[in-house]
Amino acid sequence: MQNDVILEIRNLHAGVENKQILKGVNLTIRAGETHAVMGPNGSGKSTLAQILAGREGYEVTEGQVLYKGHDLLEMDPEERARGGVFLAFQYPVEIPGVNSAYFLKSALNEVRKARGLPELDAMDFLALAKDKMKLLELREDFLKRSVNEGFSGGEKKRNEIFQMAMLEPQLAILDETDSGLDIDALKVVAHGVTRLKARDRAQLLITHYQRLLNHIVPDFVHVLVDGRIVRSGGKELALELETRGYDWIVKHPQPVPA
Amino acid sequence: MRASDPYLARFEDTFEREGASRGPAWLYPIRKAGISRFAEIGLPTPQQEDWRFTNVAPIGRLPFKPLLSPTEATIKLEQFQFANLPASRLVFVIGHFSARLSTILPQEAGVQLGSLAEALRNDGALLQKYLGRFAKPDEDGFSALNTAFFTDGAFIYVPAGKAVKEAVHLMFIATTGEAGAAIHPRNLIVVEPNSKLTLIESYFSTVQSAYVTNAIDEFVIGDNAVVEHCKFQDESRTAYHIAAQYLHLGRSANVISHSFAFGAKLSRNNIRTTLAGEGLDCILNGLYITCDEQLADHHMIVEHAKPHCNSHEYYNGILDDRSKGVFHGRILVQQEAQKTDAKQTNKNLLLSDDATIDTKPQLEIYADDVKCTHGATVGQLNDESIFYLRARGIGIDTARRILIHAFAGEIIDRVRCEPLREELDRLVWDRLEDNPHL
Repeated sequence: MQNDVILEIRNLHAGVENKQILKGVNLTIRAGETHAVMGPNGSGKSTLAQILAGREGYEVTEGQVLYKGHDLLEMDPEERARGGVFLAFQYPVEIPGVNSAYFLKSALNEVRKARGLPELDAMDFLALAKDKMKLLELREDFLKRSVNEGFSGGEKKRNEIFQMAMLEPQLAILDETDSGLDIDALKVVAHGVTRLKARDRAQLLITHYQRLLNHIVPDFVHVLVDGRIVRSGGKELALELETRGYDWIVKHPQPVPA
Repeated sequence: MRASDPYLARFEDTFEREGASRGPAWLYPIRKAGISRFAEIGLPTPQQEDWRFTNVAPIGRLPFKPLLSPTEATIKLEQFQFANLPASRLVFVIGHFSARLSTILPQEAGVQLGSLAEALRNDGALLQKYLGRFAKPDEDGFSALNTAFFTDGAFIYVPAGKAVKEAVHLMFIATTGEAGAAIHPRNLIVVEPNSKLTLIESYFSTVQSAYVTNAIDEFVIGDNAVVEHCKFQDESRTAYHIAAQYLHLGRSANVISHSFAFGAKLSRNNIRTTLAGEGLDCILNGLYITCDEQLADHHMIVEHAKPHCNSHEYYNGILDDRSKGVFHGRILVQQEAQKTDAKQTNKNLLLSDDATIDTKPQLEIYADDVKCTHGATVGQLNDESIFYLRARGIGIDTARRILIHAFAGEIIDRVRCEPLREELDRLVWDRLEDNPHL
């Protein structure tokens, strides 16, 4: 028996100001699965991530996106987050003056409220946060700092995964999480993400390079070129791409028959 | 009839006919100089560069009713901010000291905390030495009027080497329903070398009327003295609040002066600091939050008269509806003031398309080895930051409040007195929660 469908993207067309970026994306993700969407620069990978998280400024001209059977595109960004959708940002935003602990406690309690769980008080929050911080090897003073302010590239990415560990999303979308990470930081981040895999959750990794997929092994790999998924396969497709390059896919867009 | 005639007539009635009962003999020429100056210049007009953005003509159209005598009132102080802070509390009702409402904690020998009127009755030599010495009654019509008509305010004297442990809170409460009623507080604060003082100065009201507060503070701050001053203006939204603070700083002093301007229909704060000794640190820190048709104007001159001094001005404004902010920051570096380090920033957050800000930095430098910078920004909330917070489950209204609060927090965080800082922080958060536009 197949698991529940978490995300279903049907024939999604979208773009910005008269420029079509996604030209008919189809993708189904079930509970327990990890999918990777790979593609060259400008293929529409990040646009897909942004649209799923609810960023304004994109126009969906055709198609639909269902999250656990509900119309995702009708939901505000905060409703999506409360419902269990999480985007790890490619470029996490620095917010001076907003304390990390305060920010994360507010976010966590919003999500808990939506799930019918009691809000955490300061003590319980701190205990939980310290536990998860260890997973991402974050320093103790981290919670006292302003959100992402003055963080190194690696710290920002670890912070994204730390937030993910706190919020325990059902669908995590990781947008170029490997970019800007050295190998040690990459291992820490990948370990964190892998630990968060679960039977009732799904992960969508968006990446240009195969490197991340050595550490977070996907069940399915999709190649996005010019706004369409031109090929899908197992984890071996990523390795093949690494060897043969995106040009190979662009020139041979049809899936090779098994 | 000239516009200044009612003021002159009132002066004559009050001080020339009953002159003797209104203070010591040496004070009369000071008052007289004030009213004479007012007769010459009258109230400021927008034709004057320093008042270009702030039109005080509505004050000129009000009758002039100076409140020269105390009144008894039953007031529950707890309804006002900072009433529960651990502090010596000097309460002034319509500008007059109320011994009944005030609480003065025991102090070290020589420290004086009390009413200026009473100090004048005792005709202290200290008053004669300092009162009106650094304030400039000729600067504009309001300082001239205050100098002519003041009758009370606070007199604080901290002798050399003494620390006033708990903060001193001057609480000014307006209880008058009369349009044109004019309150003229005059505060003289003398902090001698190597001493320490934290002073809170707050303005509240129990009424909605077109009264006018026209206050002057004179700070004489000695060498190595450490002073924190926090002015909190939350007058009635129908009132006018004009104030000037003259700060004269000695060598190696460490002074921070905050201005929180939240109330009044129109407010103007003139801050004049003279860095008169070497190697001192002076921070001017302020926040204005306005809505409806409010106007909040801060006009400051920082004069570097001696070498090796640091001055920083940090002013943030949050403006909603059709309200208006004005910031004018002039840094004047005299030829002698080498190695000056002067910085100025004014940041503004406009929450509505109709809110406006006029910000005008001005550097006037006569020394050649100095570091002076200034910057001003005007903007809206950052969309990227709002999206980031929403993408974590925080609703749009809360996200906006969090970001506005952080913007205000940059200023509030500089308040050193901890209970004061915490109360200001809660207060700003509550005000933001009450704002229907968020």
